[in-house]
Parts: sequence; structure tokens; C-alpha cells
Amino acid sequence: MADKQVIKRAKYKSSVKDPGVAGVLKMSIERFVFMPNDPKSTTKLNVEFRMIKGHKFTKEGSSKQALLNLTQDQGGNYIFEFDSFADRDVCREFVANAIAFHAEAGRVVPDKSAPPVNNEQLSREETERRIKLLQENSELQVLHKQFVYGGILTEAEFWATRKKLLDQNDSRRPKQRLALKNEMWTVKPLSDGQTNRVTFNLTPEIIHQIFAEKPAVRQAYLNFVPNKMTEKEFWTKYSRAEYLHSTKNVVAAAAEAAEDEELAVFLKRDDMLANEARRKIRRVDPTVDMEADEGDDYIHLPDRGLLQDEAKDVLDSQYEPYRRSFSQDLNQHAAVVLQGRLVDVELGDTRTVAEALIRTKQAELSDEISNRNLERKLSDRISRITEIEDLQGPRDPAVAPLSIKDPRDYFDSQQPNALKALGDTGSGTKSFRSRVSPREAYGSLRDIVSDIRVMGLSEPIMNQEVALKVLNGLTQNISSTKLHLGNNPHESVLDRLPKVTKEELMHHWTSVQELLKHFWSSYPITTKYLYAKVTRLKDAMSQVYPKLQEIKESVQSDFRHQVSLLVHPMLQALDAAFAYYDADVQKRSGKSGERPNGSV
Amino acid sequence: MKFQIEDVTVYFPYDNIYPEQYSYMVELKRALDAKGHCLLEMPTGTGKTIALLSLITSYVLSKPSNPVKLLYCTRTVHEMEKTLAELRFLHNYQVKHLGPSARILALGLSSRKNLCVNPSVISAENRDSVDAACRKLTASWVRAMAIENPNIPTCEFFENYEKAASDAVLPPGVYTLQDLRAFGKEKGWCPYFLARHMVQFANVVVYSYQYLLDPKVAGIISKEMQRESVVVFDEAHNIDNVCIEALSVSVRMQTLEGATRNLNRMSQEIERLKATDAGRLRAEYNRLVEGLAQRGNLPITDTWFSNPTLPEDILKEAVPGNIRRAEHFVSVLRRLVQYFKGRLQTENVEKEGPVTFVASINAQVGIDQKMLRFCYDRLHSLMLTLEITDTDEFLHIQTICDLATLVGTYARGFSIIIEPFDERMPHIPDPVLQLCCHDASLAIKPVFERFQSVVITSGTLSPIDLYPRLLNFNPVVSRSFTMSLTRDCICPMVLTRGSDQLPVSTKYDLRSDPGVEKNYGKLLVEMVSVVPDGIVCFFVSYSYMDGIVNSWHESGILKEIMQHKLVFIETQDVVETTLALDNYRRACDCGRGAVFFSVARGKVAEGIDFDRHYGRLVIMFGVPFQYTLSRILLARLEYLRETFQIREGDFLTFDALRQAAQCVGRVIRSKADYGMMIFADKRYSRHDKRSKLPGWILSHLRDAHLNLSTDMAVHIAREFLRRMAQPYDKTGAMGKKTLLSQEDLEKMANGAGEMLF
Repeated sequence: MADKQVIKRAKYKSSVKDPGVAGVLKMSIERFVFMPNDPKSTTKLNVEFRMIKGHKFTKEGSSKQALLNLTQDQGGNYIFEFDSFADRDVCREFVANAIAFHAEAGRVVPDKSAPPVNNEQLSREETERRIKLLQENSELQVLHKQFVYGGILTEAEFWATRKKLLDQNDSRRPKQRLALKNEMWTVKPLSDGQTNRVTFNLTPEIIHQIFAEKPAVRQAYLNFVPNKMTEKEFWTKYSRAEYLHSTKNVVAAAAEAAEDEELAVFLKRDDMLANEARRKIRRVDPTVDMEADEGDDYIHLPDRGLLQDEAKDVLDSQYEPYRRSFSQDLNQHAAVVLQGRLVDVELGDTRTVAEALIRTKQAELSDEISNRNLERKLSDRISRITEIEDLQGPRDPAVAPLSIKDPRDYFDSQQPNALKALGDTGSGTKSFRSRVSPREAYGSLRDIVSDIRVMGLSEPIMNQEVALKVLNGLTQNISSTKLHLGNNPHESVLDRLPKVTKEELMHHWTSVQELLKHFWSSYPITTKYLYAKVTRLKDAMSQVYPKLQEIKESVQSDFRHQVSLLVHPMLQALDAAFAYYDADVQKRSGKSGERPNGSV
Repeated sequence: MKFQIEDVTVYFPYDNIYPEQYSYMVELKRALDAKGHCLLEMPTGTGKTIALLSLITSYVLSKPSNPVKLLYCTRTVHEMEKTLAELRFLHNYQVKHLGPSARILALGLSSRKNLCVNPSVISAENRDSVDAACRKLTASWVRAMAIENPNIPTCEFFENYEKAASDAVLPPGVYTLQDLRAFGKEKGWCPYFLARHMVQFANVVVYSYQYLLDPKVAGIISKEMQRESVVVFDEAHNIDNVCIEALSVSVRMQTLEGATRNLNRMSQEIERLKATDAGRLRAEYNRLVEGLAQRGNLPITDTWFSNPTLPEDILKEAVPGNIRRAEHFVSVLRRLVQYFKGRLQTENVEKEGPVTFVASINAQVGIDQKMLRFCYDRLHSLMLTLEITDTDEFLHIQTICDLATLVGTYARGFSIIIEPFDERMPHIPDPVLQLCCHDASLAIKPVFERFQSVVITSGTLSPIDLYPRLLNFNPVVSRSFTMSLTRDCICPMVLTRGSDQLPVSTKYDLRSDPGVEKNYGKLLVEMVSVVPDGIVCFFVSYSYMDGIVNSWHESGILKEIMQHKLVFIETQDVVETTLALDNYRRACDCGRGAVFFSVARGKVAEGIDFDRHYGRLVIMFGVPFQYTLSRILLARLEYLRETFQIREGDFLTFDALRQAAQCVGRVIRSKADYGMMIFADKRYSRHDKRSKLPGWILSHLRDAHLNLSTDMAVHIAREFLRRMAQPYDKTGAMGKKTLLSQEDLEKMANGAGEMLF
């Protein structure tokens, strides 16, 4: 199969409506090549099949074009139009094979940007998450490029130290779930006009919706299928009931229901919904609770007061259960959509969907029972609503979770504010600091921790005023410390350096940190692998070393002192690492005589 | 903030106050000083309730020698809850600033259905079954029997409450219904009877209109209220309708059949009693000879609805001799029921006044006016004697006696209409006999007479001179306030044409025109894509709404709407509507956005607020006229013309426009809020219709917005929403102050005489 080739005439289109460029499509198992007939045309294609993840095609029909649509991994697609459906089908099959082949061969589709050495099995989400992180954080990206591509670290090693970042990221953002479609499934019977046949179309999505909106149908499904009837019979029966409803002939519906008790289940009013409504009504916001009025109203009693203008349909009581209004369906539908997709199961299997829905309902029920604060919450809500907003003077700051993504960025940007505040308060922060001795502070922290252990976290965890004060204090402190290094009050030391130097310094600082982190974490060396890694790291570090020296010398003399101040700790750290490395190598070579394979 | 209005220090729980709130308080205070009634119209969204509550409570605080009680009437229970929440906010503020001396007792009162905490009672389905279930456990004879026989169940909450006796009191504070239930559960006392008892001592009582207007209820609940009370009817634009409903009764075939069953049961009971305990019947007879006045001594649990008419003198008269004996009375009732059955057999619509009706009863079955008048009281006396607890089974006979008493008491202001079938469905026989009250002043008269100050207030009381005529009273203060606006935060528009430039209307000839339905649909489709959060639509009736929603559904318009917002709809089922509303609010809260379809005279329009993001746009599809062919309405119009010289057309327009104004007025809650109002009917552009809208809407209705088509309306909506999204100066710029601080008020007091308006 691998050497097989297919060559067909086809038109390449950028979109379905595009007239297309005529040419020849040549496919092999590896790639497909499109050559336009017009040699001047620029639309030549040469794409590998491993980049293609799926294909779509039009249904055979008189009026339609024979289209084949290949979807690319990174989005984007290639559309080809063929002269005939026969040609298209040949290509389609070939494409399907080719895609399957590549999918098998490289389930681990190595990311294009992935480093050469990668023996790790990565799930798709994992890769995506990593890419996303890299995109969000330019610094990380630079490091990644430098070390992973430079072959100093493997992909796995690089991420191993950032596990937390990955996890945290994941848990903080719950996966956004797709909502149910806000579209009512209605019986639009497709009758062909000649016969009395009526056709209904049901898809797994629609079935899910029906189950969510109509608990009685769901229950009936679980009861009847497959013991009493097949799935097909069940849905036929259901469709029949829907059809009867759509004719709005209550009497006919009742008559049919009388003969067929299973059909009656669908035709009758949904008791489960009614029960649910009764349960929910107790939890409703009292300011919209019109049901309470009903209980209070001494006028809207039977035979009291004037007759309402609205004429109600007069129906015999035997037909009453079969009456169902469109409004009810509408409300129920909107309520279900609002609630969102409750189950996260594959929609294919009807039974699992039904069962999953029931489970979530039960969970909801037990939640409600256990939720005792509801009344308090409601009354809080009401009192919040009753206040007239613009008559009230300015309120205390509202509570919002503090989320600082990049502390350095934050404190840098806060610097002007901090300075201003500092200027206002004078030396307030210092006196504040000196009041508490470290011992006391430690003691109180310990008390708080033990309190939390006993009682759990209170809600909110901290008094908002205190929280604000702490944040302000921190901002001032941290943002201004940088300042105290320099003597110009308006910029930090780094800001005064030339931009290039500053960036270079920052870059080296982060890379040195990264390398050192990996370096020290590799000790004690227990395997050959670690040994290799350490060697690699040491080499990389020794490359950085001269660069730092270079920077120091390259800057103008007036900055040289400051730069050397900044560079000095880095050099020291590197020196320490080298010294340790040398000592370790010596120790090893001393031991290697006794333990030939180098492992401890 | 706190400030002086003449000799009263007003404690107002906010830092600022709207100028119209201040003026409102000034007027209200004058009415209280004059000890007279007043009529105040103030636009919605200007904090009427809080202004009113803080003035009256402050008034009481300033004059401790003259404790005035506040009876605050709301139309619905949820409004009661809202009012109590505002009162609590105010109360907390006053207690904080004045200390414990400002403490008051304020509570909401409702039926057993809303207050009961006994799980076995509350599980009953409707109000009457709850009442009956309660009586089964708490009636005096049941409790007496339970003492001898411990197997007879009683209500532990009521027993505990009785045991606690005079210790059972509510500490001062503000109690919503939920608080009352919680308190009752905690103490093990029955909240309903506790609340009923505490009403006498409370400084503020919040309950629904019926507790004062419906004489049957008012006789029990409100009879102990002292004259020095201030009665407030909030949202009172419909008060005339509530009044006439309170005195109207309708009788159908089912009612009569039920009444016959009730009478049979009563006869059996009488026979049984004669055999076992004849003394009890004799005692009743003796009591009746002396008159019915002893009713006041009955235990609290045994009270029934009292007489539906409330004339004071009836209690002093003795019951006529021929209905004193139980079996005689039952046979009189049988004859009466028989007579009604005969009347319902009619083929034609009949209409007559009470006098001819009574004469005809007298001629045919020999029951005179005086006997009729005593029916209701006599029935209750008999039911007490027979110790009947399942009162909800006996509603039918009560209805009959209710009607008899009303007919026997009032010679004018009523008419009896018998219709063999519903006008709109002539093929279905559904005979009904209705006693309709036309005179709203009858029900409210005792209230005006009994209490020194009655305040009638609402956002829409236009034209304000009509209400004193309808209700037949003389207000000492009657004022309509305009709204001082910081920015144009409401945007009313009249839409006369659809997107195809054809006129839209719900007039009969255009109503079912598919073109109009489509144009209305297109309007909504356009609006859902422009307006954020909540949109409310009002239709003229349920049947029209059902029809148009179905047709939108079939033509795919509904689907287009759903692409932008969720759709909820009011139905005749209250439970469902409540849940739909709750979901609607949640959809607005979470930013999903929703549309609510509602009916102009329905329950939602009556009392649910669509303020802030719950309603950025209201669309009123059509003019909500009453069903003009209804015989009851025609009879009322005739009465109004003859008695008050109000023309039919004027009254109908007035009634329709107050409904429309009420519907659209629900979008604004404060001046920081904003909303649009679309009147979608070509008839609104006519001056005679439009001019009946309240002034605060008219003043914002620009001439350019009087004759819009869909595309123009969408354009205006876009502009308006963009403008409203800008930050603005809350205190009002350009010389006019729309928000006053304490300083402003003090300045004003110093430079006395300077008026705000």
C-alpha cells in the first residue's frame, strides 16, 4: 500500500463558494501534491498527510458538487472539487487510509516545535497546556528555546521543575463546558405528501435534550428498554406521542392513550416535573414568589369575585392529564438550558446518558437537603436588592480575589503608587514594622495556624480591611526596596542601565537560575543519566560565565560598578556550583576504582 | 441622614435623598397633621416606599404621646416581603442612631397557608385545605374532645402557644413571614396565631389589601385596629378593581350542586344532633334570639369569615324568627338554591338590579330581604353549632349565603347578570349567575370612616382627580410628583409601524393579521440582538400571547430569538410562572440574558419588578383594553356613566393606559437604573390615548419618538444604550440638584420658603 499512488483531476478551492483552481491532485501515502494546470498559478500544494487530521465530503446528489475537505491539524483546510463522485470516492478512500496510517504510526504526534529527543508519551491536552504556558509567558519561552532546543535540557526535565505551574493552571480554570443548544426540538414531521408516512429525525444530541427536559421519558426509557421493547420501538412510540401533541387534538390523544399504556406515559403530563416544581418552589426568592399570593389571596377563590375575562378551555376531567401547553415546554426548555450540560458522557449510548442524568438529579437533591444556609442566603440577597444604590454613599471596597500572575511585573508597575503613598505617610511603614518583634510575630502566626486547624477556614478568610492593609504594605515595601538601591528616587537601578544591557542581564539572571536549579536538583548523582545531565549543565554554565564577564566589561564606566554589583552574585553562585562539581568529580574518580560501573 | 420637616425629625437610612422624596414626605406629613386622607402619585423608581416608611416611623418617634399605628397594605405577598425588607433596613438604621428607644414591632400577616409550620397541615394543597386542616386540629371542640380522648390529634404548635399564654409575645423587631415561621419553629409556637395576636400590639403591620377591604376578612383581622392608625395602600392604581372584586360573587351549576350536597350533610348532622345533643341546638336558638353579637367571644380558632357587608347595625338586630331554627334555616337555603337553579336554566342573557332580584325571590320562594341579609351569619352560627371542621367542603353553601347577604343588604351599586353561555363559545352551555359590584366606594367606605388617615399612593394614579370620585372620598392632599432626573434614564418610544412600514396594532381587525404578528416578531428579534440582559414583553391577553408565540414558533422567529436569549413565559399556573421568573432572574444574573413573555393584566404585571438588569427594555405589544363585550364591564360602565358622569370611552382608555403604564413602569428602580419602553401599537400615537399616560413618562416621550418604525426604534435603542453606559455625575449637573445631602437640606431649611419644584 505504501507505494500506491492516486492521481486525479481536481480543483483546489479556498472555500466552498470559491470557483477554484483546476489542476492535478497526486496522492501518495506520505503526502499529497497539487499542481495547477496553469503553471503560473501560485497555488501549488505539497502537504504531508501526518498534518491532516480528518476529512469531510459532500453527499452524493444531483445538484451538489463532489467535494472533499481535508482538515489540518492546526486548523485550516484544503477543499478539492472533483469532476465526478467516482473520482472523489477513490480519493476519499485513499485519504482515509493515509490518515489512519499516520495516526497509527505517530499517535504521539510530535509537536513541530518539540525537541529532537523526546521519548515521553504526552497526552494532547498536556502538550496544549504547555504550549499555552509558553505563549503566555515570554520569559519562559526564551528559556525553553535556549535550553531545550540547545539540547542542554530535555523537554521533560524542563517541565519537571514546573509541574506545579502546569497543575495549578489546570485546576484554576475549570474546563469550559459546552452548553446545551438553545433550540427547541420540535416535531417538524417530514411527510412526503403522497403516503401517510411521517418521518422524525433523532440525533444523540436531541435525545440528550429530550432526556434532560422530560424526566418521565427518561424514566420510561430506563424502564422499558430493552426488556419491554427495543430502542427503535421506544423512539417510534415517543415520536407518535409527539405527533399527537403537535396535532393539538387532546381527545384523540386521550383515546390512543387509553388503548396503549406505554404511549400514555408520553402523553400524560409529566408528574416528575410537577414534583420537582413543588420542591423547587420552596426555595424560590420570596420577592418573586407568586405562589404565596395564591395562599394569601381571599379573592381568587372559586366562585368569588368577578369572572376573569380570560376564557379557559373547558375540558372534561378525563382529558385533563393529556393537555400540555407549548408554554410549559418553553419554560422547561429554557430552565434546562440555563442549568447547562449536566453530564459529561459520550452522547452515543442512550442508556448511559439517561443514567447519568438521573445520578446528577439525585446529587442535586441531596445537595439541596444538606444546604441549610439557603434561607439566610435568600434574605441576604433580598436586603441587598432592597437598597437603593445611588442614594447610598460610597461603600467599602468590595471583596474580590486577588490574582497576581507575575509578582515582579505587578510590583514594578506599582512602584509609582508606592512611592506616592510613601511620600504621604512619611516613615509610617518603618514604625509599623518595628512594633512587632519576630518572636511575637512567629507566635501569633502559630496561633492562627492552629486555629485554622481546629476550626477550618472562616469565610471570608480574612477581614477585608486587614487584607487591603497587608497588600498595600507589601506593595510599598517591595516596590520601594528596589528604589533604595539606587539614589534616584524615580527609577530602579535596572532602569538606569541601557536597555540592551538590562535585558541581557535579566536574561542571564533567569537562565543562570534555571541552570542552577537543575544542577543542584541533580545531586546526589545516582545514575548515569544524572551524571550526563550534570555534565551538560556544567558545560552550559561555563558558557554563561564568560558572557557575564563580557557584560561587565562592555558597559560604560559609569554603570560598571552597578553592573558588577548585579553580576557578582550570579558569578558567585556559578563558582559555588563549579567548585562542588569539581569536588564531586574528584570524589568519584577516587571511588571509581572500587565501583567500576559508577553507580552508588 | 437625619433632617427636620417642620417639627418632625426624619431619620432616613441613606446618605442622600431625592428631592421628590423630600417633597413627598412634606406632603405626607401635612396629611398626617391634618388627620385626613391623601392621594399621592410618585413615579416608580424614586423610592416611594422608603420615603413613606421613614416619614411615618419618624413621625411616631417624634410624637411619643400619640402612638400612631401603621397599617401598610400591599397587593401581593412578595411585595409584602419587599416592604418588610426595606423596613428592616430603616429600622436597623434608626436603632443604630437612636438606640433601643427606636425599637418597634413590625410584622407581616398572611394566611395559614403561608405561616403554618405544622408539617401535617402545610402539606395540604391550597389555602382552604390548609385552613380546614388547621381547624381540624385546633377548633375549640376538637381540643375539648382531645382532653378526654388522647387519640384525637391536636396541633402541638398551637397547644404550646396556648400553654405559653400571655408569655407568648414577639420581641420587638421586623418580622417577615419567613422570620415568623423561623421564630415559631424555634419556640414551638404557632406563628399564625401568634402573629394574629401580635397584630394588636404591633407598630407596623404589613398585609394584603383584602385584610382591610374584604369585609369578610376585615371583620376578624382588622376589627381591633384603633382609629389612630395610618392606612397605606401602596401600588393602589388598581384599588377600585380590588374593591369591586371583594363584593362580587358568581354562581355556577357546580356551585349549586355542591351547595345541595352541603345542605344534605347539614340536615343529617342536625338529625344526629337532635338525637344525641338537642340541648346544643336549643342553646343556639336562644343565642340567636338575643342577636348575633356574641360572636366576639368565640375562641380565636373558631372565627370564620365574618359578614361580607360590615354594616354596624346588623349585629344589634335579632335574627328573624323564621330562620332561627336550624331545620327551618336549612329548608330556606334549599328553596334559595332551587330558585337559583331555576334562574340558571335561562336561554337568554338576563340582567337586573338587586331590588327586582330580591322581589322576585320573595315572590317565588317566599324569602324576604331581611332573611337574605342574615343568611351568612346564620350559616356560620349553624356550622359552629354543628361543629363542622372541614370548612373547605362547605365553600359552596358559603358562596350562596354570601350572595344572599350582599343582595339583601345593598339596593344599589350592584347588578345581577345571568349568562347561559360564554359569549366567545356559544356552543358550550356554561350558565353562570353573577352578582357584580360596580361601586368601588362600598368596600372602601368603612376604611375611610374607621381610620383617621388613609394614604393612597402609586406610580400611576393619572388622572389623579378620578380616584376621589371612584372611591368617593375627600383627600386633604392630592398631588402628583414629577421625576427629577440626573440623566434621561428612561426612554419611552411609540412604535407604530413594523419593518415593512405597515401599521402594527392589536385592534380587532388587525390582531390576527399574520403581517402584524410577523412585524411584532421582527421587532423582538432586532431588540434581543441589541439590548443586553433582560427584556420583558407584555401582551394584551393570555390567548393573544399563546397565539402569537405559537405562530412565532412555527415561522422560526422564536428560534431566532433563542439564538440571543433564553425565553420564559407566564402561564396560568402560578407555580410554573414563579419558577420561570426565578430562572429568568438567574439567567439575567449570570449574563446569559433572557426574554420574559407576560400578560398585561396578569399576575406578573401586577407586582413583579423588572428593575436594573432584570429589565433593560419593556415592550408593550398592543393596548391592554378590557374585553369590551363582557357584560359585567358594560354594566359597570353604565353605572359609572349614570353615577359619576364618566364616559365609557374615557374610562376604558384610562383603564388600559394605567395598565400599560404599570407594565412599563416596572423597569426603573432608582435613578442609577435605566430602561427603555416601547409601546408597540399605532393607537398610542393618538393624543387621546397617549395623554392618559402618567406625566413622568410623557415628559420623556419626545415628539420624534412618537411615530417610529422598527428600524428607527433599533437605532434609537442603540444610541440610548451607548449613552447610558457612560459614567455620569450622580448628584446632577447644570444647576439642578437631583440628589440632596444632609447639608443641602439644612441649607434649604435655613433659606425657608425656597421650593424645590
